[in-house]
Amino acid sequence: MARLARLSLTDDELHQYTSQLAGVLEHAADIEALDIEGVPPTAHPFPLVNVLRDDVVAASLDRAEVLGQAPDVDQDRFRIPRILGEAP
Amino acid sequence: MSAEARTTPATALAADVRAGRRSAVEVLEEHLARIATTEGDVHAFNLVTEAHARAQAAAVDGAVSEGRDPGPLAGVPVALKDLICTRGVPTTCSSRILEGWTPPYDATVVTRLAAAGAVFVGKTNMDEFAMGSSTEHSAFGPTRNPHDLSRVPGGSSGGSAAAVAAGYAPVSLGSDTGGSIRQPAALCGVVGAKPTYGLVSRYGLVAFASSLDQIGPFTTTVADAALVLDVIGGHDPRDSTSLPDTAREKAASRLGRGVEGLRVGVISELAGAQGIATDVAARVRHAADALAGAGAKVEEVSVTSVVYGLSAYYMIAPAEASSNLARYDGVRYGLRVPGEDITDMYIATRSAGFGPEVKRRIMLGTYALSAGYYDAYYGKAQKVRTLIIQDFEEAYRSYDVLLSPTSPTTAFELGAKTSDPLTMYLNDVCTIPSNLAGHPAVSVPFGTGDDGLPVGVQVLAPALGEPVMFQVAEVLEAAVAGAPGGAK
Amino acid sequence: MSQSTYVTGADGALWEIVIGLEVHCELRTETKLFCGCRNAFGEEPNTNVCPVCLGLPGSLPVLNRQAVEYAIRIGTALHCQVQRSIFHRKNYFYPDMPKDFQISQYDIPLNADGWLELPSAKRVGIVRAHMEEDTGKTTHLGGGGRIHGAAHSLVDYNRAGVPLVEIVSAPDLRGAEEARDYVDELRAILVATGASDGKMEEGSLRVDCNVSVRRQGDTELGTRCEIKNLNSLRSLGRAIAYESARQVEVIEAGGKVAQQTRGWDEADGRTHSMRSKEEAYDYRYFPEPDLVTLDPGEEWVQNVRSSLAVMPAERRRRVAEAAGAPVSSEPVATVVRLDLDGLVVAAVAAQVDAALALRRLANEVAGQLAETGPTDMGPDAFVRLVKMEQDGELTSAQARTVLKVLVSEGGDPKAIASGLGFEAMAAGALSGVVDDVVAANPKEWERYAGGDDKLTGFFIGKIKAATGGNADLRAATELLRQRRG
Repeated sequence: MARLARLSLTDDELHQYTSQLAGVLEHAADIEALDIEGVPPTAHPFPLVNVLRDDVVAASLDRAEVLGQAPDVDQDRFRIPRILGEAP
Repeated sequence: MSAEARTTPATALAADVRAGRRSAVEVLEEHLARIATTEGDVHAFNLVTEAHARAQAAAVDGAVSEGRDPGPLAGVPVALKDLICTRGVPTTCSSRILEGWTPPYDATVVTRLAAAGAVFVGKTNMDEFAMGSSTEHSAFGPTRNPHDLSRVPGGSSGGSAAAVAAGYAPVSLGSDTGGSIRQPAALCGVVGAKPTYGLVSRYGLVAFASSLDQIGPFTTTVADAALVLDVIGGHDPRDSTSLPDTAREKAASRLGRGVEGLRVGVISELAGAQGIATDVAARVRHAADALAGAGAKVEEVSVTSVVYGLSAYYMIAPAEASSNLARYDGVRYGLRVPGEDITDMYIATRSAGFGPEVKRRIMLGTYALSAGYYDAYYGKAQKVRTLIIQDFEEAYRSYDVLLSPTSPTTAFELGAKTSDPLTMYLNDVCTIPSNLAGHPAVSVPFGTGDDGLPVGVQVLAPALGEPVMFQVAEVLEAAVAGAPGGAK
Repeated sequence: MSQSTYVTGADGALWEIVIGLEVHCELRTETKLFCGCRNAFGEEPNTNVCPVCLGLPGSLPVLNRQAVEYAIRIGTALHCQVQRSIFHRKNYFYPDMPKDFQISQYDIPLNADGWLELPSAKRVGIVRAHMEEDTGKTTHLGGGGRIHGAAHSLVDYNRAGVPLVEIVSAPDLRGAEEARDYVDELRAILVATGASDGKMEEGSLRVDCNVSVRRQGDTELGTRCEIKNLNSLRSLGRAIAYESARQVEVIEAGGKVAQQTRGWDEADGRTHSMRSKEEAYDYRYFPEPDLVTLDPGEEWVQNVRSSLAVMPAERRRRVAEAAGAPVSSEPVATVVRLDLDGLVVAAVAAQVDAALALRRLANEVAGQLAETGPTDMGPDAFVRLVKMEQDGELTSAQARTVLKVLVSEGGDPKAIASGLGFEAMAAGALSGVVDDVVAANPKEWERYAGGDDKLTGFFIGKIKAATGGNADLRAATELLRQRRG
């Protein structure tokens, strides 16, 4: 799970988190008792539909400003360490 | 330090500045002086933007002298929670991982406040990425409660609450995902409002849990909160979840009308529930009595599913957060800790850049979303959300507003709850249901508890019910002010 | 049944190659899917970027209406159900993705359950055609520009957030040739909808290919491998050939094909496994909370349907009907592919011989265009030329010559013909040539006149030679016959 989240945890952290997360999940078990068959899920408090924008060009950011924030830059691109596998 | 250091309300300040009775620069200097005196103890700010504020104040004065109206918040000092993007001013979310990042754009609320004549005094401390209820989970050290420096200000918007309580600014903005405005407002004895989801644009608000986050004001008065909400609220085409402006009444539209004939329901599941301190519960009863005394019809009402809110919240919020916080990977901005390859770099950067509470929630959220658990956790929590909305709707058929405690207790000691996350999470039990439903709620200071520290009472309203919510809150405010010893 | 539909195993057994394709199509919008940055190819790196497409903290996506319009057009052209849909987040860490998640449609795609008709008249199922955002572009430095062995990489986010529609076919395709036909047909459809420029070489269309094999006659599908990095139709064909042979080899050696993603390496002509083994992907899909439901609704879909251009399959049907040719025939496919079917339709309208028009277009014109590129020849001129040939004003050889000039230079067929001196070869002149040929070959004529039809060819050959190929041979044959009595 930690690797999926791109985190490394010390053994202490791992131990601590595991028991804490177990506590939270145990608390969440109260939901188990609920009869929610047939209840639709709510992803949004309000059922807005079709919020759309016109296909009109807006100003982009200044490249110097964008790259100025980057930890490492080369040839006007973001430079990163080697990648071990292709994108999924 | 006492709460006497409070500043003049924004409505009064702005009226003076607009009329030329006081200069914005003078107002600003008065607040900067207060910051200089006690901020060393309180640590409400991550950054005080004096030079920037002085330039803004001078511009406001310039407008007044040229006969132009600088707007409804003319010369009002405003502090911004440090997860609201400000062009050219660092925005850290109180996290090491965003150290050194300066947004190239302003949040919509910042643009709107500036256009209304507000003056930005600084960026306030918070729990890292808004995850916490005490502002102890900040990478830059905790904020302390101006009422008692040994106590927490609440969180996650603790810095914003403390800034208003300490008189550093009459207005600050916070964000509220599960109570992060209302709970610190209660603990610091100020007004704190979470608007209807979609009323205030989230564009430029660094996301914690997108379907729950809302920006809202901290103020010293109910009228100020309504005023600020009317400035920052309204449709924004940059936020797809922003509500259309049609059929929206101004938040301040029902102020001064009293509560005669209004129906108020006290949520029985929250008012006297296990974990709610008896002094807090007593203040809620007093508030109910005060409203009844002012002519409202007050009854207990059951909203059964709210008790499941906490569990649902701790599935939904971390899940969305685990995704929202993925982008902090050391590639484009912020912290990078070098690594052999990209994955090493990601892990090194994120492990060093995030604090323990953020890691805990990312882990929890990653788990809640992972294959095999989605239906059991995230999926189920989304259904609980539906139940809560249905139960609230049912209650609002009979009541105009609902009443509950804001926080189960008054401000607790620093360190008291940091070792047990679940205890900390229980702070949000009364505030979370409004976030899950997307409804507005406001915490109004209503006297003090047995320890002499502020207690907040929460007024909940249906979607876009801000006008009636403030109408009721204002009566509570008046009841406290009017009652001799009302502070007790 | 094409030979490339099967792989022949070591024991001579036939293995069927089963293909499903996933085609990513970049939409031709002015701006990106969720922000106002320009959607443009080949610009200076990191110039078309903003807080939204860079995934800066606090930024939020807002959906581009035109992208939805194009996606609906694609769905409609592919006979899909166009339905209410929600966007999901697909979570995984990768540096070309600024938010480390991709906004995509997941369990309810905008377009589902359609089909596409190949020129062969075979229908291929379309499982879904959903909207999603493109990623940035990564360049690998060191290690010969390949990801493996590179020292480090550089990222350009100009492409990040460009709107895509991913079109997923059912595993209905058999073999490399049919897979290529499918991509060709799909490309033609996408271009016809206006949604795509169809430029594979610029990455506007990108093809991933699912390949499996099964013994001839089996009905169960085999385990599939997904092949990526296919940059051309040629790579697609080669990759399918390689991969299907590899899978047969694995199975025949007693092994099992592992379901995996494999990359095509153009240089060594092989597919290779792309993932490090430890990495299991769990995309943790969940509804994108920053976007709301997309519900195109009846009216929008109806408007799109009624304004959509005629798709290639329908054009083929019309041409086939007009010319009395089978819809799956090569000439029909050719004229539609080359956009010449309007000329056949014009011939029908002018009541000239549509079959002849089709033949001339599919053979001479298509051949010429393959060498020279597009033509300015208008339908009027073409129809008049066909009519001249049909009426015997020009011999077929003459007509072909005139057509060639018409295609390359345009103009009036009559003027071209007279410029070439073809008018002189009228009936009288031809009659004279026939007389001469008969006189010069008395022995042969005797036999022909005696009823030996085999000599027709001999005389026609002579007449052809005498006229430099400009004789109307049907008329010449008729003259010979008349002369015989």
